[in-house]
Amino acid sequence: MAILQTAYIEEKFDTLQSSHPNVLLNEVRQKGFQTYQNVGIPSYKNEEWRYTPVSNLFKQSYSFSEKVSTINQASVDAFRLPDSATANELVFVNGLYNPLLSNIRSAANEMVIISMEEAANDIRFSDILKEHLGKSSLYLQDGIHALNTSFINGGVFVYVPKKVQVALPLYIYHIADTVQNPVLAQPRSLIYLAESAELKLVETYKTAGSSDSFTNEVMEVVVAGNAVFEYYKLQNDIAVANQVNTTHIRQIGKSYVHTVVVTLDGGMVRNNTNIIMETPGNEAHMYGLYLLKGNTHADNHTLVDNREPHCFSNELYKGVMDDATTGVFSGKIYVRPQAQKINAYQSNKNILLSEKASVNTKPQLEIFADDVKCSHGCTIGRLDEEALFYLRSRGIDAAQAKAMLLQAFANDVIEKIKIESLREHIETLIVNRLSVQIS
Amino acid sequence: MKEEMDVLEQTIGSEYKYGFVTDIETETVPKGINESIVRLISKKKNEPEWMLNWRLKAFAHWIKMEEPQWPNVTYPPINFQDIIYYAAPKKKKALNGLDEVDPELLKTFEKLGISINEQKRLTGVAVDVVMDSVSVATSFKKQLAEVGIIFCSMSEAIQNHPELVQKYIGSVVPMTDNYFAALNSAVFTDGSFCYIPKGVRCPMELSTYFRINTENSGQFERTLIVAEEESYVSYLEGCTAPKRDENQLHAAVVELVAHRKAEIKYSTVQNWYPGDANGAGGIYNFVTKRGICMGEYAKISWSQVETGSAITWKYPSVILKGDHSVGEFYSVALTNHLQQADTGTKMIHIGKNTRSRIVSKGISAGRSQNSYRGLVRVGKNAINARNFSQCDSLLLGDQCGAHTFPYIEAAHPSAVIEHEATTSKIGEDQLFYCRQRGIDTEAAVALIVTGFAKEVMNQLPMEFAVEAQKLLAISLEGSVG
Repeated sequence: MAILQTAYIEEKFDTLQSSHPNVLLNEVRQKGFQTYQNVGIPSYKNEEWRYTPVSNLFKQSYSFSEKVSTINQASVDAFRLPDSATANELVFVNGLYNPLLSNIRSAANEMVIISMEEAANDIRFSDILKEHLGKSSLYLQDGIHALNTSFINGGVFVYVPKKVQVALPLYIYHIADTVQNPVLAQPRSLIYLAESAELKLVETYKTAGSSDSFTNEVMEVVVAGNAVFEYYKLQNDIAVANQVNTTHIRQIGKSYVHTVVVTLDGGMVRNNTNIIMETPGNEAHMYGLYLLKGNTHADNHTLVDNREPHCFSNELYKGVMDDATTGVFSGKIYVRPQAQKINAYQSNKNILLSEKASVNTKPQLEIFADDVKCSHGCTIGRLDEEALFYLRSRGIDAAQAKAMLLQAFANDVIEKIKIESLREHIETLIVNRLSVQIS
Repeated sequence: MKEEMDVLEQTIGSEYKYGFVTDIETETVPKGINESIVRLISKKKNEPEWMLNWRLKAFAHWIKMEEPQWPNVTYPPINFQDIIYYAAPKKKKALNGLDEVDPELLKTFEKLGISINEQKRLTGVAVDVVMDSVSVATSFKKQLAEVGIIFCSMSEAIQNHPELVQKYIGSVVPMTDNYFAALNSAVFTDGSFCYIPKGVRCPMELSTYFRINTENSGQFERTLIVAEEESYVSYLEGCTAPKRDENQLHAAVVELVAHRKAEIKYSTVQNWYPGDANGAGGIYNFVTKRGICMGEYAKISWSQVETGSAITWKYPSVILKGDHSVGEFYSVALTNHLQQADTGTKMIHIGKNTRSRIVSKGISAGRSQNSYRGLVRVGKNAINARNFSQCDSLLLGDQCGAHTFPYIEAAHPSAVIEHEATTSKIGEDQLFYCRQRGIDTEAAVALIVTGFAKEVMNQLPMEFAVEAQKLLAISLEGSVG
């Protein structure tokens, strides 16, 4: 427990490096730490962080990747997603993968789930790690990302073999135990989908306790040819739960990726969702909803990097800002010189409900190839007066009419969740929330 | 249509035709910049003390600043000590009419196709000609004076209307605003000053032609336009420059002040030397342009056609302070060969019921890079602010780039903001349609580009619209093959 000062971080880093003598991981961590020392924590002057004052999170003390925790099966029960009995469940406590609390229900030949350390020492997987672990550092060169990389420890490696379509979804619970102290959790994972594999992954976050938590997560996903990867993220934590969340997906073969990120509550939340299309003919769909209340600050940064021709991407992010909330959206579509015949679309729609709420959006196109169709659209507005009037004139009271319209607004994103029980769960959360919030 | 095609035919295949050097003895100060140079410039211009102090303050601030790195452009570092900061054609005795103007000068203008006599007689445009840094000829002054309009060079304004200059200079673009604005504030040599009194509608389009002439002389223009309540003015700015191999720096500042119910329309056609096909030479155009709608119902409208310069870096902005005020920005930016443009606008909504509209058309060809960078900000008290932005990019050729960096910040729930952007290449079907009807590829491309930019071209005053269309076609020459 100490303030996040460089000296303290250095000490922790040295301890970690000497206690886990694995050449591969040590090297990755060393590189990360070098970057961290070079660039430090980004200030608002850093273009990627201008609307999200992340350095504020470093003004206080946290306990640091400690294993001590009182979380047990019963406490996980309180956080479980619906239909958890028919899902694979991974539990991270304070950023460390906890195999005892996790339930792997798929057969061993369907999916390999082992700790990062095991994977690094396993000759079947060490090459994959060598090739793919830490590749996201090429895109995210800030100190926050580097801090996670410096402390790769207790992470998880998931491998889906060729042609395996994993029937059960993979749920990942990130639990921060802050009953005693504020916690800095830095979960790290590498997910590898071999050719023609299929995986559905759901991540959610919970803080147990009332002190601050700061989850600085990096998930790297590698999707090989003909594979299908579905990714869902639900953020509905308490107001002192802060996050910087990176999901870096690389399509290394012609494949299909579908992501939905839903942010309903939390403190300062930042999501980096990157899709890197490294081969021709990739397809990706990205959806996001931020429905905010209280003082939540939600920042979604997305990147679609079209490195090769014939790729398709479609992106829709929608936001509703109430109370004193702030929504941030920054979407970048990048088309490399050789990447011809790209179709890339992006849309960001925002509704402001309160005088204290604000939204900052930055949809960007960077295009270096000529035979492309790219567009982005962005709107900021309020609820449609005429639609409200229509509902009122049919005897629906103002609050309910408003709730209905917002629900419809949110539904464009929610309906993209292909796991039915999860979709219904989130729908219920939204309906309950709107009926309380707007009255 | 016929007319358009004629224009295109005339110009396609022609090289940059305004590249020539006028030989006039110029009075220059030594290369480089330091406090004594600033003092020298001020002294040469016989300025009052407050002006000198203002310059010195700006200079003191400038030396503490760093050159901005964020624009999406690359260029070798500028050696600010290698620039001549003051160059003026030698003072002749006071002129009584145009016939007394140096015939060399008149020839230059003829080559430019803007013979002052012609313009005076035919178009009724008053031209305040800026040759290098000091105004040499001003026409139609009398006619303007009759309605109380002051239209003169900045130096004259400092001498004759110090109270106005002192009140407004730096009020929109503070000397500390950015690196190049600070530099300009310290060493600006001349520019135009325009004051429209209350209730006056300016009877003609005001126009200034800038030319960069002496080798190595950075031009530091400063323009200030003040429109009093319920007045109207339309101002045209057009630029051509001689062909040079060395990069020349141009760091101008333009400030517009519109009071209650006043309207200012500011149109620019920028056609400075863009460098040759290999990117050698060309002008660096780093300009700070900003207007403020001080009072209710004020309106400021920027339109620009940017085809020249090796590097363009400018964001004509509007601060919508008065309630019900309106800001507009219409832009066509065309880059070819190795040109780089990073341009756009800022609309800052402060007052209630303010509206803004942005239409930006970017065309990239050759190996050029074209960026739109814009900010729409709605402040906490800007109730019912409304913005619409459209940024379209057209790509011609597979080695160029088109980039869009919009920033949209809303802090009031009543704001309604829409932004849309598209990037695509020229339509094969459109080309095919033209080819089928016997129009060759190059003409067809020029035709399609003209159509693409039409929405902005329509905003330009008549005189400019024709020239602007020619420019588009000239700049595109050689980009299709």
